Amino acid sequence: MDAVALEERAATLAKRSIKRESKLQALDLAIRMMDLTTLEGQDTPGKVAALCAKAMRPDPVDSTVPAVAAVCLYPNLVEGAKERLAGSGVKVASVATAFPSGQLPTKLKVAETRAAVELGADEVDMVIDRGAFHSGRYSKVYDEIVQVKEACGDAHLKVILETGELGTYDNVRRASLLAIAAGADFIKTSTGKINPAATLPVTLCMMEVVRDVYHETGRKVGIKPAGGIRASKQAVQYLVTLYETLGSEWMTPDLFRFGASSLLNDVLMQIRKEKTGRYQSGDYFTID
Amino acid sequence: MAQLEKRASSAPAPLEWEYAPAPEARDIVEIRERYGLFVGGEEMEPRSSEWFESISPSTEESLFEVALAGAEDVDLAVSSARGAFEDGWAKLAPSERAKYLFRIARIIQERSRELAVAESLDGGKPIRESRDVDLPLAAAHFFYYAGWADKLEYAYPNRTPRPLGVAAQIIPWNFPLLMLSWKIAPALACGNTVVLKPAETTPLTALIFADICRQAELPPGVVNIVTGDGTTGGHLVRHDGIDKLAFTGSTEVGKLIMRELAGRDVRLTLELGGKAANIVFDDAALDQAVEGIVNGIYFNQGHVCCAGSRLLVQESICEPLLEKLKRRMSTLRVGDPLDKNTDVGAINSKAQLDRIT
Repeated sequence: MDAVALEERAATLAKRSIKRESKLQALDLAIRMMDLTTLEGQDTPGKVAALCAKAMRPDPVDSTVPAVAAVCLYPNLVEGAKERLAGSGVKVASVATAFPSGQLPTKLKVAETRAAVELGADEVDMVIDRGAFHSGRYSKVYDEIVQVKEACGDAHLKVILETGELGTYDNVRRASLLAIAAGADFIKTSTGKINPAATLPVTLCMMEVVRDVYHETGRKVGIKPAGGIRASKQAVQYLVTLYETLGSEWMTPDLFRFGASSLLNDVLMQIRKEKTGRYQSGDYFTID
Repeated sequence: MAQLEKRASSAPAPLEWEYAPAPEARDIVEIRERYGLFVGGEEMEPRSSEWFESISPSTEESLFEVALAGAEDVDLAVSSARGAFEDGWAKLAPSERAKYLFRIARIIQERSRELAVAESLDGGKPIRESRDVDLPLAAAHFFYYAGWADKLEYAYPNRTPRPLGVAAQIIPWNFPLLMLSWKIAPALACGNTVVLKPAETTPLTALIFADICRQAELPPGVVNIVTGDGTTGGHLVRHDGIDKLAFTGSTEVGKLIMRELAGRDVRLTLELGGKAANIVFDDAALDQAVEGIVNGIYFNQGHVCCAGSRLLVQESICEPLLEKLKRRMSTLRVGDPLDKNTDVGAINSKAQLDRIT
């Protein structure tokens, strides 16, 4: 990877000017691609209930606003969310494998994954073992993903690379290939617990891997930037990058997700602004 | 709930996305019907009484009429430059000259949107490039050379740098304002005065620059701008009142100029065309190499003196590289130069289009 050219390309794509109907389309799609996330020690069943309600009907006064793709939670909260979301089409994603550090014995990670799936998770967001990666034990990273994938059964597996800890774009590329080879359905940038989380260049780097894999093998892998995407403008920049890197085939929640918590409200505000011509105060949107 | 279920059951179809037009507003530039020559700090009707049209290459619309300077006009411009040189510009304290250049740099920054739109309208380059490349660089050149004006003695220890006199400068159409800055800023910083001839197809930003000189209260005659075609350039080259000639443009014309100046006491700088090669080896980061190739050849529609018009690739990666390159090229957005999402704007003129197609 060449960092200068990669970052320059990302900066150029970020300058695209997306207006009017194309902006509305992008914002609508951004919601349909969103994994509405809460990953806090203080999460309660009540908070999750509120989150689920918001996931299904993000804007209570505008029924044309679509539901999000999924909610993303800790395993303990999966069961409650599953009940709330039954029949809505909104998926439940659970983090697993000793999120966010990944520093647990493999068998416990596999057991955690199995438990999350048994509790009803449709999707599993696992973290790779960065300690193993950095010490050159790539086969351990690989084997672990293979085992977790097996434990997932029918659940979709997203593999979090935690790019903020990988140091270089070359490492991001290597980790992406490793995860895809081991069976990842999605590769995901970050846990959201480390700074920097998702950035446009890092996501572009992962998209290029996905594109290479698609051209080599015909297999389509999804991408999920997560963490730090708070503004509609950023979301649109990611969609532009996706569109110009992987094309319209990837412009679907099946192949692209945003991991975000506060992004949704900003998107709702922007949609309302585009539709009414006026900015609303943040007070008119629910906090959770 | 029924509504939600309905939504969930329909499989998400990928979005066929189109970017809505995002044109930069063009009313920021006030284009007059007619522009005369800029000589001695004032606008002047051409003695030649000849005018020609400046055409926007993207729409072929006629933008304005501009003077075609004849021999007499060029003579007036050169004597005006000579007068300004002798009347004090050369003797002005370097730090004072620097003040004028700093002032011009700041005005370019202040009027950068206007200049960027004018550049794209008159020359066809995408607004993305005139806004993000040409204008910031043009201002930066004036700032840079302003800083040099009072430091020349330190650059050449034990020598006394002194101005040459009147610099005749002929510039091309690919980076009209940037080329102007490249030529005018160092000449003024060193205490010379200037007669500049912008390219026939792209005089607009030079004419706005004339206004900037007035706005900066630059002493009359320090910068003179004579518009016209090749014949005007010929008059300037042949004029015996010039001390220096700087030309950026075609190798063909460069040779003519060199012949013309042979045996004359006129210093010469030529910056001529040359096409460059991209060389890609198998250990390159391919996706980024593709970016380099695309920037090398499509930046400014390829209107670049060092454009990477040749591609040499190691055999083992030839196929994947070409595939990536083709895919990347299919994403280039060709269109209205004033649209903020346009990557490739208009070829500079009908004549140039005919030449390359």
